[in-house]
Amino acid sequence: MSVTREEVAKIASLARIKMGDEELDRMVPELNNILDWVEQLGEVDTSGVEPMTAVIPNSLRLRDDVVDAIPETSGGRREDVLANAPAAEHGFFGVPKVIE
Amino acid sequence: MSESTYRIQGATGEWEVVIGLEVHAQVTSNAKLFSGASTAFGAEPNTQVSLVDAAMPGMLPVPNRECIRQAVRTGMAIEAQINKWSRFDRKNYFYADLPQGYQISQLYHPIVGEGALHIEADEKAGIPQDKTIGIERIHVEQDAGKLMHDQHPTMSYVDLNRTGIALMEIVSKPDMRSPAEAGAYVRKLRSILRYVGSCDGNMEEGSMRADVNVSVRKPGEEFGTRTETKNVNSVRFVMQVIEYEANRQVDVLENGGTVDQETRLFDPGTGTTRTMRSKEDAHDYRYFPDPDLLPLELDDSFIEECRASLPELPDAKRARYENELGLTPYNARELTAEVETFGRFETLLAAAAAKIGKPEAKVATQVANWALSVAPGVVKSLGDEANMANATAERQASILAMQDKGEISGGQAKEIYEIVLKEGGEPEAIADERGLKQVSDTGAIEAKIDEIIAANEDKVAEYRGGKEKLFGFFVGQTMKAMQGKANPAVVNQLLKAKLDN
Amino acid sequence: MTDFTNLGVKEIRDGVAGGDFTAREVAESFNAAVAAAAELNAFIVTTPDHALAAADATDAKRAKGEDLGKMGGVPIGMKDLFATKGVQTTAASHILEGFKPEYESTVSQKLWDAGAGMLGKLNLDQFAMGSSNETSYFGNVNSPWKKDGTNAAMSPGGSSGGSSSAVAARIAPAATGTDTGGSIRQPAAFTGICGIKPTYGRCSRWGVVAFASSLDQAGPMARSVEDCAIMLEAMAGFDPKDATSLQMDVPDWETALSSDLKGKKVGIPKEYRMEGTDQAILDSWEQGKAMLRDAGAEIVDVSLPHTKYALPAYYIIAPAEASSNLARYDGVRYGLRVLPEGAGLQDMYAATRAAGFGDEVKRRVLIGTYVLSAGFYDAYYTQAQKIRTLVAQDFEKAFATCDVILAPTTPTASFPLGSLNEDPLTMYLNDVFAVPASLAGLPAMSVPAMVNSDGLPLGLQLVGKPFDEQGVLNAGLAIQQRAGFDAQPEKWW
Ligand SMILES: [Mg+2]
Ligand SMILES: [Zn+2]
Repeated sequence: MSVTREEVAKIASLARIKMGDEELDRMVPELNNILDWVEQLGEVDTSGVEPMTAVIPNSLRLRDDVVDAIPETSGGRREDVLANAPAAEHGFFGVPKVIE
Repeated sequence: MSESTYRIQGATGEWEVVIGLEVHAQVTSNAKLFSGASTAFGAEPNTQVSLVDAAMPGMLPVPNRECIRQAVRTGMAIEAQINKWSRFDRKNYFYADLPQGYQISQLYHPIVGEGALHIEADEKAGIPQDKTIGIERIHVEQDAGKLMHDQHPTMSYVDLNRTGIALMEIVSKPDMRSPAEAGAYVRKLRSILRYVGSCDGNMEEGSMRADVNVSVRKPGEEFGTRTETKNVNSVRFVMQVIEYEANRQVDVLENGGTVDQETRLFDPGTGTTRTMRSKEDAHDYRYFPDPDLLPLELDDSFIEECRASLPELPDAKRARYENELGLTPYNARELTAEVETFGRFETLLAAAAAKIGKPEAKVATQVANWALSVAPGVVKSLGDEANMANATAERQASILAMQDKGEISGGQAKEIYEIVLKEGGEPEAIADERGLKQVSDTGAIEAKIDEIIAANEDKVAEYRGGKEKLFGFFVGQTMKAMQGKANPAVVNQLLKAKLDN
Repeated sequence: MTDFTNLGVKEIRDGVAGGDFTAREVAESFNAAVAAAAELNAFIVTTPDHALAAADATDAKRAKGEDLGKMGGVPIGMKDLFATKGVQTTAASHILEGFKPEYESTVSQKLWDAGAGMLGKLNLDQFAMGSSNETSYFGNVNSPWKKDGTNAAMSPGGSSGGSSSAVAARIAPAATGTDTGGSIRQPAAFTGICGIKPTYGRCSRWGVVAFASSLDQAGPMARSVEDCAIMLEAMAGFDPKDATSLQMDVPDWETALSSDLKGKKVGIPKEYRMEGTDQAILDSWEQGKAMLRDAGAEIVDVSLPHTKYALPAYYIIAPAEASSNLARYDGVRYGLRVLPEGAGLQDMYAATRAAGFGDEVKRRVLIGTYVLSAGFYDAYYTQAQKIRTLVAQDFEKAFATCDVILAPTTPTASFPLGSLNEDPLTMYLNDVFAVPASLAGLPAMSVPAMVNSDGLPLGLQLVGKPFDEQGVLNAGLAIQQRAGFDAQPEKWW
């Protein structure tokens, strides 16, 4: 399978990466090289094989329903949360106006 | 399955509406699904946001057991398949209310599989018969944040307090055929969630929102293309969306157009829906298993605890009220609709049965009538004067017990309750002090009866001669002479004895 | 001033504890070496004050007779993929330039708690995507090594190339690395140092900028097996903040180190004899077998039939996870924001990410986006995860007949920077021997074996059963003792 320029443009848009014509031109053969190469996986008969779910035998640990149990994953730290924001105002993150 | 008679009359004939609902119910929990931040409603913006919720680099989700537990209990309450093996997937899209750039949800292996929900016939509402609505699945996922558009001329503001709160998405099958059925479904679902305690059902605060999927078709034909109207937050609005969408779609189709499969927004102000622009190209969500989370495996003891902790559910309770307590179907339904209602009723029933000294089944009808009509009538008549804090189950039970013993009449019961509501105090004392008791003293009543018999020799003769309906006349006279305070049973008994001699 | 930069972790720790020298002296020595090595471009930012403060704290503890910790007095380099509170953390990407986290990664915190100090944040391939350290926004990292008789800048490997370069150049006694598909082992092999990727889940991923979550593992890079054992002990351990963290005690690897391999079986996977592998690599592999036999081990042949498919499977799984993990870099909450005139929200995302991500990152995000997109998910992603199962099963079967596997770390020695840039695929092939263990989540280590005819180091790889870091370290120690690798890059910086 190979991707067309239009498909790459669509993927780039889906991934929210703006791409100019030149960059697209460069990217198309590179992606196709990689995709051609991974295509060999199709050779392997995987019928009856389960896709891997946990690399090391381990099941999901659940935590107790306690607010702010661990300081690092607690709420109540607005200053920290906003500290690196490019546009923080009145305790909010600012973004260009969205029309829903 | 009974067929709904709800139809849209179009120029080309009748159209049937097909409705499926995806209800997002906020799981009752203290902390968020994957972080320790609080879920409390109404906090200052971004004060209940952890580094995890803000998707800082390197942050990881760890699931909250209570959220999983509540989803499983909810699944059990709708008779659903509980999947002992499930897992979380990422739903990828870009939006300002979604810090991670993906929502952790469950697509491929939801925690709860197929179930069912029963809605009751309601002739007036246009539901001719009881009906079972299929449930496709329930999955657990993260809520998104909130955008505010009206605070700044060129910017929207993002508040992440809601971000990461646990939601159950309860997906119905496309089994509903009228706005009334959809309304009944949402009400019933809300009732079950509140019974189970897995969601507070507070639609105004957004604890329950429905995505309303609507399509139309000519009866008997294949399903039409559906639209999905997002985040509708009241039963009335759900019904409005269906009405509006169904009619809009019929118009489109009858004018030779096609219905677009799209996401729409509801405007409560106008009662209309419109295309949602912001999610236009977000159709490819690239779901895949979240590599930060292992498969969720539920063991038997966890599942057993969930089952054991389930309360009696609305349908079972209603059946028991009818069959064991002998209540009328109407009363049973009224009393079981809401958690608060049955809670108050059952407390009062227990207290009344204890005070009266009879089994609950023997006093249930009396208590139900009191709870559903007598007591609310008194409260209503008092308006602002009623202090509901005075209306304890103990006091109401005392009133009912006095009534049961014949110490007070129905009218006196109301009077006493009125005083209790206004002033407080114990019903027995009020009855004694204010003379609000029936006279059961046979001596006093006998004296009056003797006077009446003496004053009405002719009527006595007629009665004894066979005109038995005159008995009512003597009862009335006696009650009048007793100023309404005589115990009617005692009066009856004494009159019978005297007249029949 | 005495120069302490030839000392390793154990020597520094023991010397400080024994009062032979102070932690401050050591920190000053390394701070000076770091400052003098700007040409390597191994560090994105240096933090001499952090190193001094930690050293002073250690010296103060010693004065009070307190325990100095497993890493007491040892200054280290921190790969700039670990969030460090108040210190810029970039993942070598423009998109995170200037980002100062309000939190500390679990692994770095554990190291500070164990008495280590930070010399600075080490350069790496952008978002750990790369095998040569040429994808950093902050410039290539130079290896301290040169090919005999040439002056070309050589690759220190990647993505932990700042780490490997700094440790090999002796401007840090040890450094943290992360390994997603070989990013600790390959740079260690390229620079003649040791590096171990523990079992998936041993080291917490909390606070480590994610590349591919199901593969990422932190580990130590140092100049000896002992130093790796010591530092891994300090880094590892259960973390309730990471749902994939192993709920297991950290063994005392250092104490249990033993190069006596009597009764142990070492598996030699025949599928690792691949076309395109340097003869010198094959020779070193033979020598490795002889060394382990000498240590008492029995050498047995094993088969890992799906080895060939591991790398292409990796190049589906890792980009898929990365495409999603990197979605959070959107210019809203931290990092770069590019807001063209009149741009809406979605335009802002696209402009920010276009300006913020480097080419290799974009390439992988696009591949990942593509393989997850509607209609392709099963053919690519599900198939790759099935092959991952097969790769893991291969190892499981092999470990039924052996205790540890010996293989080359890389198919070639280091190469000049810029020489493999034409085609991304040839660069990917660097990790062909490293990726299978990553896919299976197994502990794996590279130890220096010899230098080739160009005077460049070659590494040997040891892969162990799940949780058996000890077996890997012990076999590594047996090789270290016999290889007697003491080559050092000549100082040119
Ligand atoms: Mg929906
Ligand atoms: Zn949902």
